[in-house]
Amino acid sequence: MWTKEVINMIIQGIGETLYMTLVSTLIGYLFGIPMGVLLAVSDKEGLRPNPVLYKVLDVIANITRSIPFLILLILIQPFTVFVVGKSYGSSATIVPLVVAAIPFIGRMVESSLKEVDKGVIEAARSMGASDLRIIVRVLLVEARTSLITGATIAIGTILGYSAMAGCIGGGGLGDIAIRYGYYRYQADIMVVTVVLLVLLVQVFQTVGMAIANRLDKRK
Amino acid sequence: MSEIKIENVCKSFLSKDGNVDALKNVSLTIESGDIYGIIGMSGAGKSTLVRCMNFLEVPTEGKVLIDGKSLGDFSKKELRKQREEIGMIFQHFNLLMQKTVLENVCFPLYIQGKKKAEARKRAAELLEIVGLSDKQKAYPAQLSGGQKQRVAIARALASDPKILLCDEATSALDPQTTSSILELLKDINQRFGITIVIITHQMAVVREICNHVAILKEGEVVETGLVSEIFNNPKSAVARELIRKDIDSGAGGGRIGTQPLIRSGEIIRIVFSENSAFEPVIANLILTFHEPVNILRADTKNVGGVAKGEMILEFAKDSENAEAMKQYLRERGLAVGEANDYVD
Repeated sequence: MWTKEVINMIIQGIGETLYMTLVSTLIGYLFGIPMGVLLAVSDKEGLRPNPVLYKVLDVIANITRSIPFLILLILIQPFTVFVVGKSYGSSATIVPLVVAAIPFIGRMVESSLKEVDKGVIEAARSMGASDLRIIVRVLLVEARTSLITGATIAIGTILGYSAMAGCIGGGGLGDIAIRYGYYRYQADIMVVTVVLLVLLVQVFQTVGMAIANRLDKRK
Repeated sequence: MSEIKIENVCKSFLSKDGNVDALKNVSLTIESGDIYGIIGMSGAGKSTLVRCMNFLEVPTEGKVLIDGKSLGDFSKKELRKQREEIGMIFQHFNLLMQKTVLENVCFPLYIQGKKKAEARKRAAELLEIVGLSDKQKAYPAQLSGGQKQRVAIARALASDPKILLCDEATSALDPQTTSSILELLKDINQRFGITIVIITHQMAVVREICNHVAILKEGEVVETGLVSEIFNNPKSAVARELIRKDIDSGAGGGRIGTQPLIRSGEIIRIVFSENSAFEPVIANLILTFHEPVNILRADTKNVGGVAKGEMILEFAKDSENAEAMKQYLRERGLAVGEANDYVD
C-alpha cells in the first residue's frame, strides 16, 4: 500500500498545506496588523480614542469570528470563485482562510499592543512624538515578543483550519486524511497525515517561541 | 523672565463617582534657571500639575505659559515642537525595554529628524555626561534603577530642553542612589542653566536641591516660597507634617527620646543655622531664666548646602517666662514657631 504514488501524494499534501498556511498567514497579517493597530488606537484608553471606529471594527471581528470555519468556507464560495476563478484546490482555500484569519490576527495584535506600558507611551509623547511615530517606533517595537508569540498561535490555528478545507476538496494533508481515512477507510494513511499535521504545528511552535525569546531584551 | 507661569489652572476628571477636581485654581511662577520643588502627599495633584506644564494633561480652566506663550494657543504640531524643549523624567523611568541604552537616547533625536550617525554621536556624548559611556550597548533590563534613571536623564537632555520636569524621579530609588541622581540634576542645572521642576513627596529631596518650593494639598497650593524660609517657618500644617516626616526618616538623626511624664507645657520648634550654633543658646536660656527647658527632639539637616539645626522644646508647665524666652531665642537669630501639634 505504500506505493510511490501514495508517498508522492503525501509529499504534495505537505507542500499544499504549507503553501495555504503560510500565504494565508502572510496576507492575514497584511490586513490584520492595521486592523489590530486601529482597534488598539481607537479604544477608549488608546492613543486616539474613537468609539465609533472601535465599535465598527469590534462588531466585524466578533461576527467573523463567531461563524464556524466550515460554514464560512461554504458561505463565501461565490466570493472565492470571484477572486480565484474556482471553488476547490489549495489556492481557492486561501480566500476563506484569509477572511477567517484577519479578525483573529487583528484581535491578537490588539491585545499585544495594549500590553505596552502606558508610561513608555507617555514618555514618547512628552518628547514630542506624533501618534504615527508612537505606533511604529514604540508600540510595534515594544510589543515585538508578544506579536511573535501571537503569530505562532495564528499559524497553528490557520494550519488547523486549512485541514478542515479538505471537506470541500481544499487540498493539502486534511484533504488526504478525509478522502482516504473517511471515504475509503484507509486509517493508516489518515494516521500518517495526522502525525504529519501534529509535527508541522510542533515545528512552527518551537521555531516561533525560539525567535520570540531571542528577540526579547527584557531579561 | 519667568520660564513657566501657571495661571488659575483647574483640572477635573470624570470618574465613576462623578467629577474629581485634581487641581483647584493653581497659580505658580517658576523663574528661569531655578530648581523648583512641588511637594505634597499622594493624591495632592502634583503629577497632574506637572503634566499640565507640557500639556500631557490639558487644564480644564486656566492658562499655562512657557516663556510667555500660552500652550493652549498652540496647534497640535506646534505643541509637539514645544514639547521638544521640555524634557521629562519619570518615577518608573519609562525606557524602551526592547532597545539598547544608546537607541533609547537616540529616540528624541530621531523625532527632531537627525540622521542615525549624527544621533548616535550626540547620544554617546549625553551618556558620557550622565556617566554611562560603558553601557551604550546594554539593554535597560540589565541596568540598576539609578542607571536607568541616568539613561532617562540623558534621553530627556537629548533635545536640548530649557526645562526638565521630574515626576517623582527618585521615589523608586534607595537613599544613596537618590542623592547621586539629585547631584546629577544639580550639576545639569548649573552647567546648562536648565530650569528644573521636581515633583516629590519627600521633603528630603526638596531640601537637598530645590531653591523654591510649592506645597500642594488636595489640588490647592497652600504655601510657596524659598525652601530655606519654609523650613525655618512652615506656616501650613502640611508643611510642618512634611518637615517632621523628613526628620523622622533621617538616618542617625541624633534623635533624643522623651519622657511623656514631664510633658505638659508649651511646645515650640526652633531652627538655627550655623552662625547661631557658636553660642550655647539653650544653656544660656536656662541660666538666664532659671527655668528648666525640656528638649523633646534635636536634629540637624542639610538645607541647600547649609546646616540647619532643629529642636523641639517644651517649657515648664504654666511657665510665666514663655513669651520672654521665645523673645530671647528670636534675638539670637533663631526661628521660633509653635509646635503644639507635635506628637512623638
